[in-house]
Amino acid sequence: MPSYLFWIFSTIMLIGGAAVIAFRNPVSSALSVVTCFVGLAGLFVGLSAFFVGIIQILVYTGAIMVLFLFIIMLLDLKDEEKRTKSLAPLVGGLVLVFAFVVQLIGVLSKSPNKSASVLDQQTLAAAATHFPAGGKIATSLIEGRLPDVHLIGHTLFTDYNLPFQILGVLLLVATIGVIALSKKQAE
Amino acid sequence: MNLAWILLFLPLAVAAACQLVLPKSPIVPLVSTASAVATLVISFLLLGKIETHSFNWATIGDFNLQIGIQLDRLSTGMMIVVTGVGALVHIFSLAYMKDDSAKNRYFTGLALFMFSMTGIVLANNFIMTFIFWELVGLSSYLLIGHWYQKESAADAAKKAFLCNRVGDFGFMVGILMLWGITGTLSFSEMAVPATISSGVIGAAILCIFCGAVGKSAQLPLHVWLPDAMEGPTPVSALIHAATMVAAGVYMLFRVQLSIGTEAFDGFAGTTIAYVGGFTALIAALMATQQDDIKRVLAYSTLSQLGYMVMAVGLLAGEAGMFHLFTHAWFKALLFLGSGAVIHACHHEQNIWKMGGLLKKMPITGITFFLGFAALIAVPFTSGFFSKELILEAAHEKQPLLFWIAAFVAVLTPFYMTRLFVVAFLGKAKSDNADHAHEVSPLMFIPLVILSILALIAGYGFVNAYAPAAPEHAGEFHLNFLFWVSAIALIIGAGAAFLLYAGKDKDPLSIPLFKNRFYIDGIYDHFLVRYFQDAFAAIIHFFDEFLINGLLVGGLSRGAASTGNLFRKLQSGQLQAYSFAFGLGVILVIYFTVFL
Amino acid sequence: MATLNDYLLVSGLLFALGLAGVVLRRNIIIVFMCLELMLSAANLSLVAFSRFNTVNGLPDYNGQMLVFFVITVAAAEVAVGLAIIVALYRTRQTIHTDELTSLKG
Repeated sequence: MPSYLFWIFSTIMLIGGAAVIAFRNPVSSALSVVTCFVGLAGLFVGLSAFFVGIIQILVYTGAIMVLFLFIIMLLDLKDEEKRTKSLAPLVGGLVLVFAFVVQLIGVLSKSPNKSASVLDQQTLAAAATHFPAGGKIATSLIEGRLPDVHLIGHTLFTDYNLPFQILGVLLLVATIGVIALSKKQAE
Repeated sequence: MNLAWILLFLPLAVAAACQLVLPKSPIVPLVSTASAVATLVISFLLLGKIETHSFNWATIGDFNLQIGIQLDRLSTGMMIVVTGVGALVHIFSLAYMKDDSAKNRYFTGLALFMFSMTGIVLANNFIMTFIFWELVGLSSYLLIGHWYQKESAADAAKKAFLCNRVGDFGFMVGILMLWGITGTLSFSEMAVPATISSGVIGAAILCIFCGAVGKSAQLPLHVWLPDAMEGPTPVSALIHAATMVAAGVYMLFRVQLSIGTEAFDGFAGTTIAYVGGFTALIAALMATQQDDIKRVLAYSTLSQLGYMVMAVGLLAGEAGMFHLFTHAWFKALLFLGSGAVIHACHHEQNIWKMGGLLKKMPITGITFFLGFAALIAVPFTSGFFSKELILEAAHEKQPLLFWIAAFVAVLTPFYMTRLFVVAFLGKAKSDNADHAHEVSPLMFIPLVILSILALIAGYGFVNAYAPAAPEHAGEFHLNFLFWVSAIALIIGAGAAFLLYAGKDKDPLSIPLFKNRFYIDGIYDHFLVRYFQDAFAAIIHFFDEFLINGLLVGGLSRGAASTGNLFRKLQSGQLQAYSFAFGLGVILVIYFTVFL
Repeated sequence: MATLNDYLLVSGLLFALGLAGVVLRRNIIIVFMCLELMLSAANLSLVAFSRFNTVNGLPDYNGQMLVFFVITVAAAEVAVGLAIIVALYRTRQTIHTDELTSLKG
């Protein structure tokens, strides 16, 4: 991924994130989150994680954030009024965040850096030997394309089969829980 | 287990059984009474035996602490008095306390008292005497305070206990001194080495005498006895007339027998005699102005105890013990008689609200009269013989004391005649006295038995059972002493009869006597205020500030303030929690990565 | 080419923004959205690790598996969390955290 694209998407993402806290109107905040996630999805794609980038857009932006917007509109929330607040929590929060950033920079300056390995036709073709010959994955790899979705599917249904099933149960439980919570309680 | 041990421990077993096994049972009074009668029977069986039984209770180095029983004429005779009066008082109490709500406690207390008193009488060493001495104090406290709901009764019990404590402190010092002097605590082995100076031995005896001053209510610790009349009347008869107060005299005489009369010859004996003499005099003077029937008898008891102590001090302990013997019967009679009167008059104790009781309660009246005759020493009653012997001893040794005693012999008929004339003769002075009627047989049978004893106890055929009696006890001589006491009797009784017959209120008023020489007041206003209150202030400081403030309150306040401190952290603010959480994350990173 | 530390820095900054939102904002829905930002920041570092750590010449797909799971669980969490917020609003008529202090000791 060319450097300038990385910085463009990073800037979109961080500005979106900053706008989330800056806006008073919840709807604006929610749309800022969407912006932030679009930038994030760009970064994912830049990291050759095409599938994750797509579900970031589809699931997070398309489903979860729409859910947020639904709820905001359902509750009909007004703008948060400007409150005359004591400065202490604001300053405390900023100091906390600042300390965190300082620590982050400290950690990163100490840890060894690493560049991304090249994913060209040779390396991909070499990797194809680990997959059944003639299969879709091997074929794609030999052709010099990264079969991202196939690889994730392969990993998910071989190494992560049990967690995947459990995840299905979790979603079911969450669905039932949400129904139970949303039901109008008998007075 | 021979009879002597049964005699000692039967009342204890009964008291324990009554308290622990049968606390609510209706048979407690009967059990207690049966035990008193049984001890009387055992006392008769043991009469005159001379034996010693003992076992080691504790051994400390080469010192053996013994629990032992010494049977001789003194102790067996004394046991007759204790169990005899005790049994009759028990029987009397069956009727007197019939309607009391706490009569089980009362009879348990009586059994405990019988045990303690038996212990004092039978003890063969000083440690045992002291233990039972304190037990007597305890049971006396319990019985005086039987109606503890009344504040005056609770205060009287406390006062009795505290006064006894004062005396007992001296008693303990005296015991230790005697132990140091003679090297033994056993009565039978006690002998004073010739090397000991008479001053030291005298001081030891005076310390021992302190115990007797407390228990036998001599000056200046006499104040508890009149107040102890707050207890039930049978208790007054048993404890505060016949037995417990006599324990001091008994113990003194026991010591006199053990270490020999020579040790008492000197300032110790003289001091004892004068304390006794002045107690007799002052108590008799106070008695002349009391209106409460039991208080008159209480002061007369003080006065008679003064006689006995005086006799012991005059080295005539036999005469003293003889007087103790006769006095026990007639004073128990008078107290039980007054109890019958009080019972009949619906708990009226003021003699000026009685009157005419002789006609309404003939048996009580006549028996009371017999006791009264013995007390004022009408010739040929028991009191006459015993008092005569004390006067004789005083006449021989201390003429001054003789005249004091003779003056007391005038006062005694005076105040007793006043009591009898006002309460029993004339006409009824209140409704309660008007409605009085004769008491039940259970109450008058003890009175009759005691009145017979009051008459005959002085004669030789009875005084053979006395704890001690001079050789010519019960003999009658027309001599100087007889005329002195006869004239004293006539003057006292005659003056009182002329003064009080037919009167509705007291024609005499002597505030000094009525207010008991202000001794109680002095104690209350000086001793109590300055000592008790100061001590109470110190205790209060300890309790309030150190215990309550620092230990108890401090701990709880510490816990509460620590809790409040942490309460502040629980603000309920979501942001505060997340801030704390973030701070924790940063600290963890700091400590793991940068440190 | 962006290096691993560049990605981690950007991810950390996004996390810091999310943290700031959680600590500073009073509207519970915005707090919730900031939580999602923090989760996504974690996802970014996971994908970065996955790409920069090659197995047999290919990215390490275990990291992307984890991201997949995180997104799914986050979806469930959002559903339940929003249901709770709705129920809360129904009873208390507010979603302002200053007014939700019944946990005060």
